[in-house]
Amino acid sequence: MKQNKSTKHRPQTKPNNSKNKISGSGFFSKIEGYRDQHAHALFSSLGRMVASPFASIVTIVVLAITISLAGGFYMLVVNVQQLTGSLEDSNQISLFLKDDVSDAYAAEFADTLKQNVNVQSVTIISKEKGLQEFETYSGFGSAINALEVNPLPIVVQVLPKDTLVDEQSLIALFDELKRSAEVDQAQMDMQWVKRLQSIVAIAKRGTTLLALMLAIAVIFVTGNTIRLEVHNRRDEIVIARLVGATNSFIQRPFLYNGFWIGFVSGVMAWFIITIMMLILKQSVEKLSALYNDAFKMLFFSYSETFVLLGISCLLAVLGSCAVLQFQLRYTKLN
Amino acid sequence: MLKFEHVTKRYHETGDVLKDVTFHLQRGEIAFLTGHSGAGKSTLLKLIALIERPTRGQIILDGHSLNHIKENQIPYLRRKMGFIFQDYKLLQDRTVFDNVALPLVITGQSHHDIARRVRASLDKVGLLGKERQYPLALSGGEQQRVGIARAVVNKPPLIIADEPTGNLDPELSAEIMTLFESFQQVGVTVLIASHDLFLIKKLNHRVLTLDHGQLIAS
Repeated sequence: MKQNKSTKHRPQTKPNNSKNKISGSGFFSKIEGYRDQHAHALFSSLGRMVASPFASIVTIVVLAITISLAGGFYMLVVNVQQLTGSLEDSNQISLFLKDDVSDAYAAEFADTLKQNVNVQSVTIISKEKGLQEFETYSGFGSAINALEVNPLPIVVQVLPKDTLVDEQSLIALFDELKRSAEVDQAQMDMQWVKRLQSIVAIAKRGTTLLALMLAIAVIFVTGNTIRLEVHNRRDEIVIARLVGATNSFIQRPFLYNGFWIGFVSGVMAWFIITIMMLILKQSVEKLSALYNDAFKMLFFSYSETFVLLGISCLLAVLGSCAVLQFQLRYTKLN
Repeated sequence: MLKFEHVTKRYHETGDVLKDVTFHLQRGEIAFLTGHSGAGKSTLLKLIALIERPTRGQIILDGHSLNHIKENQIPYLRRKMGFIFQDYKLLQDRTVFDNVALPLVITGQSHHDIARRVRASLDKVGLLGKERQYPLALSGGEQQRVGIARAVVNKPPLIIADEPTGNLDPELSAEIMTLFESFQQVGVTVLIASHDLFLIKKLNHRVLTLDHGQLIAS
């Protein structure tokens, strides 16, 4: 009472200012106290989660799967995009020769192609070599062996000169080669690279939309979990209110709870995606070998990991925050 | 310290629960609030705690009118009061220490200060050494003393007790009342809502009697 007589404070000023000064540490004590409050909320919410893991594990697994869906699609797009990126420069033209063309004649044909001013290099893939590659990488080896005749044509791969960059002259060369009597079918990598690129563009946009939907799901799932938590701890909230706790004090442990849910889910999602990619790695590397190792599987980089965790935490805190705004308003004292 | 000026509280469903209540508690005064069930005791306490707002009239606490307090200022005002309840309202999953520390924790005091004050407060109610126990391990009288330690730990100028001895036998009730008197001696104002007429008579303090919402004796 004596302390209070000396301080004619307005009601909104915190009454403990004066008392803290009496305890001799003033401003720093206040900072220290604030830090203690946050540390306490951070660790007590974690402790609560660890103490009753089954309450949060369902939420966390659901969120981890949701986040890994979005993250997994992202990694897929990143990897395919990398593939198209490395193929962008490849203007290679593949000529599939007619079946009756012999190896010797094919070599002759290749030599004439080399004379062309627009051609940089020419490679012949013989029927036997083609079959070998197919056996090694396709997984249909035994099916191929069952065939009595080698069904594969001789392939001549033509790499145009670097100077030949514009599409029109490329197409002109392509048409010229296609018209040759020896050629059955011709294919320019350029075309399917373009197609692939537009498919990737669609996939990218689709992934963005999907990620958006999943982000909303994360917000709602966390929000619902926090709503239940508020309900379960109603008595505690009422008591805290009665002894003068502010809304931000009451919210804090719940927000940290949301943070932990987001963080743990994010970590779990990272592991889900990485483990799945490790499972796929071997088959992808085999496929990549078919393309002269043009492709190397990309995993999460440090910054991507950081962003993944950041977004999961942010979404979970956002969900908790939104729910608390509504929920605490309805948790009145009487 | 606490002043009611022509306070009326009306509910839509039940009409006037408090009618034109006026009284003034001085600093360091101890008073009982009594009356039949439904006389308006709880409503009066809720008005002080700012859980409810008066329909008419004004309440003045420590020189400030409660009428103009905004929603976000209420927590800071509640820190000037210590509440004690019939059902103790302790957190069962927290230790005695954590329960008593709550009013200090919310004001953001340092760990060191909290520990010191909690021990001082528990010492006052005679429970030093039971910090690490959980409320359920304590007797009713001890739980109520934990509630009292929590109410006084941040040294509020006003203590409001709602039927603090309602669940206790006469001997424990007398102990609790002795505690309240010791707070009064250091200048704390104490308002106790109680049915216990025997106890009230024995202690010879001021008595505010409510009857159907009107103050008939003070």
